[in-house]
Amino acid sequence: MKKKAKKTSKTPSRIEEKKRVVLNGLKDLGEEVYTQLSEKQWPSVRMPSRSINNIHYDQHTRQYILGDHYVRRSARNIRHIRPLTQLVWTGSFVDELTSEGKTSTLRDVFYSAQAYEMSFADQAESDDIITDLETVIGHSREDFNVFPEERSAIFGDLTIRYTVRGYEGKELNLASHPDGMMIGPALTNAEFADCNADKIIAIEKGGLFTRFIEERVHEKYKALLIHTAGQAPRATRSLIRRMNKELKLPCYIFCDADPWGMHIANVIISGSANAAHLRDLNTPDAKWCGVWASDIVDYKLPSDPLTDLDIKRLYELEKDPRYDGKLWKQEIATFLKNKRKAEQEAFSRYGLAYIVDKYLPAKLKEMS
Amino acid sequence: MALQEVFQEISAADFFYRNRDIAGFTNPTRAIYSTIRELVENSLDACETRQIPPEIYLRISHESGATDGPGIYRVHIEDNGIGIPYDIIPSAFGQVLFGSKYKLRQTRGTFGLGGKMAILYGQITTHGAATIMSSTGPTKIHQYDLMIDIQKNKPLVLKHKTHPNENRWHGAVIEFSTEADYTRAMSKILDYLMETAIVAPYATLTYVDPRGRLYRFDRITTEMPKPPEETLPHPYGVDVETMKRLIELTNEHTLVGFMRTHFHRVGRTIATSFLQQVNLPTRKNPKKLTPEDIVTLVNGMKNYKFLAPDASCLSPLGEELLEAGIRKELSPEFVAVYQRKPSAYAGFPFIVEVGVAYGGQIEAGGGIKLFRFANKIPLLFDEASDVSWKVVNTQVDWKHYKATSDMPIAVFVHICSTKVPYKTVGKEFIADRPDVEREILNALREVARRLSLFLSKKINIAHDKHRLDVFQKYLPKIASFSAKLAGESKQPDVSPLLRSVLRYEEESEEDVEDA
Repeated sequence: MKKKAKKTSKTPSRIEEKKRVVLNGLKDLGEEVYTQLSEKQWPSVRMPSRSINNIHYDQHTRQYILGDHYVRRSARNIRHIRPLTQLVWTGSFVDELTSEGKTSTLRDVFYSAQAYEMSFADQAESDDIITDLETVIGHSREDFNVFPEERSAIFGDLTIRYTVRGYEGKELNLASHPDGMMIGPALTNAEFADCNADKIIAIEKGGLFTRFIEERVHEKYKALLIHTAGQAPRATRSLIRRMNKELKLPCYIFCDADPWGMHIANVIISGSANAAHLRDLNTPDAKWCGVWASDIVDYKLPSDPLTDLDIKRLYELEKDPRYDGKLWKQEIATFLKNKRKAEQEAFSRYGLAYIVDKYLPAKLKEMS
Repeated sequence: MALQEVFQEISAADFFYRNRDIAGFTNPTRAIYSTIRELVENSLDACETRQIPPEIYLRISHESGATDGPGIYRVHIEDNGIGIPYDIIPSAFGQVLFGSKYKLRQTRGTFGLGGKMAILYGQITTHGAATIMSSTGPTKIHQYDLMIDIQKNKPLVLKHKTHPNENRWHGAVIEFSTEADYTRAMSKILDYLMETAIVAPYATLTYVDPRGRLYRFDRITTEMPKPPEETLPHPYGVDVETMKRLIELTNEHTLVGFMRTHFHRVGRTIATSFLQQVNLPTRKNPKKLTPEDIVTLVNGMKNYKFLAPDASCLSPLGEELLEAGIRKELSPEFVAVYQRKPSAYAGFPFIVEVGVAYGGQIEAGGGIKLFRFANKIPLLFDEASDVSWKVVNTQVDWKHYKATSDMPIAVFVHICSTKVPYKTVGKEFIADRPDVEREILNALREVARRLSLFLSKKINIAHDKHRLDVFQKYLPKIASFSAKLAGESKQPDVSPLLRSVLRYEEESEEDVEDA
């Protein structure tokens, strides 16, 4: 099966379209504040409240969303004027960044502010303002070219076409480098040109990702392999969603058999509460394939006892609406019953190829 | 040979010579401090008796010996008080415990020793005479050079001469040599003079120290407190010894008459009712009371409900003068003073006056500074044992009044009484009698309330200034960043908004609205 996602050069690509929307959003923010000031009004900006009681789980989109409470940041309030100033500064900073096709990291933003005597107390404060800007504009920071430090990777038979400055129109097959390709700003902003895979397999651990490439999983199972590197960064979650929606590829997720690994899978599927102000980051149809609590027993995996912290986390997850499904409930119960956890690497006790030759096909069959 | 104990009668002068510690003459450092204190207080008393604004000149000069340890110094003091009648000058300065007081009145003098102990100490340490010059205002000034015969407790006049008094001067000059460790005592002496200037803002004090430095504390008013009236002892405050002396002295022939004549606020009705209660005949001659009767009388007095003493015998400073004194010496930003109504403990009337001041020369940090006064005398030693210290530091919740220990705050407590309840004979700190403690606490709460109003206002002003600073910092930035973001070249003018900042009061946490 071959999927083509080519666009004619006359209509703007999805990526370009999104950029235009984001830039307009930033300009709107500037104009709103500018107009208020010109009319001798105290400038203020209204945005949905991100306070905990305004975050609701939406069954329809299967993710957390913000409710209908709004907050107003007003320059007239002494506690608001500083964050409002930071918000407008951040807006003008990323506007410049986006227009020039440059990217920046969260850390960069923190330091750049100092050049404008706009210093943030710490990076937590600057990250918070960026989240405000996301809320105001309604787009994730990656859309206005601010990326986190952590990067995950992708490998497989997908050809992308760059849109970033200096590489416009260039194509690259993501199977061309056996370590995988870093999911950075350039890849995030790329169009899909050609795809010969029919599924996505997301893996928590780097060691196993490399093993899958060595064992030629991408060929044997026609899969795009994604290394989440722990909790998947938003750019990666957004990429998975795009591949799922645009290329119609099902996604299978493999993580450690513990509450933390299970949650990595869950966030890819249902999103996080922290990103309740954003859309299009989750992939509701993605499947958590393992390693399950029951796999520890079924495959007789070497395991460790759950710690108190693990158990506390399981009780928290048990109450979380994202864990409403039958499979989640059942596995949480098994964890709590056996009180054991295992890592993905535990399959190596049966030899290096076992996970690819035996476990993987069994799981893919079970889940599809 | 049988052992024989030798009993020896000693004179009052001898007694104090042997026990000079209790009068504050422990060592050369303490002695010079006590000397200055006694002399200055005598001079102030001599002026206040007749409401003469005091003009006091004090000089200490180095005579011989070390300057970085005990040496010999010459002390000279002049005042413009009422002066001393020439015929009693020798006894007044050369006889310890001269005169007996059967009447009570608030004075500074502690033991009735006044400057005599100072002169005695000078004589002991230098073997020199004291020179006293005085006049009560007529045509002659009398000068005596005298010493004290310690064993006999009698003045020893070495020289007596007169000078013409053309200007009708009245006052006294005293000069003598004494051993002193001035270097060590200096800071306490300066503190003492400054605090005296606070509590006597109507006095001008001039001091020339051994290094020739001039210190001057000018009066800022000629208003003076009403001088204290003499009163009779109140029955609650009388002990057996005093009672014996009164009986010896009285000319009354009946107990009723004795009670009426010698006790404060006792009339015929009260005297009769009291004598009935203690079962003593009203017409009995007091001189014929047995020692048992006297004890019955004294003990009975403690249990009978006499009228409370009135405060006419007290001479508090008054709120205006206290405030003037504090302002004069410390130039604070804020002062609040308060005088309580007269109260009594154990038959002794007393009045508490307090003040609180903020800023000026009061140092910040290290907690609240405490200035203690008793009968217009500054108390400088043993602060932590004093009842005021206890009240200020353990009973008043300063946080409640917005005051913190890093603020420049001083508290002033003045207690005046016919008998200040000192805890020890050293007379440097006041006992925590519940009545006194309560009065101090109530008075301090009143001034603390006013302090809290001042501090709130101050905090509000600082808050307003901070607001303006914040708006001035950020609003122009919002203007420039939004102009840039909107692609506008002209920056909006934010000055009208800044002008309105200080009028803006409300401040909500975060304005939550529903869509």
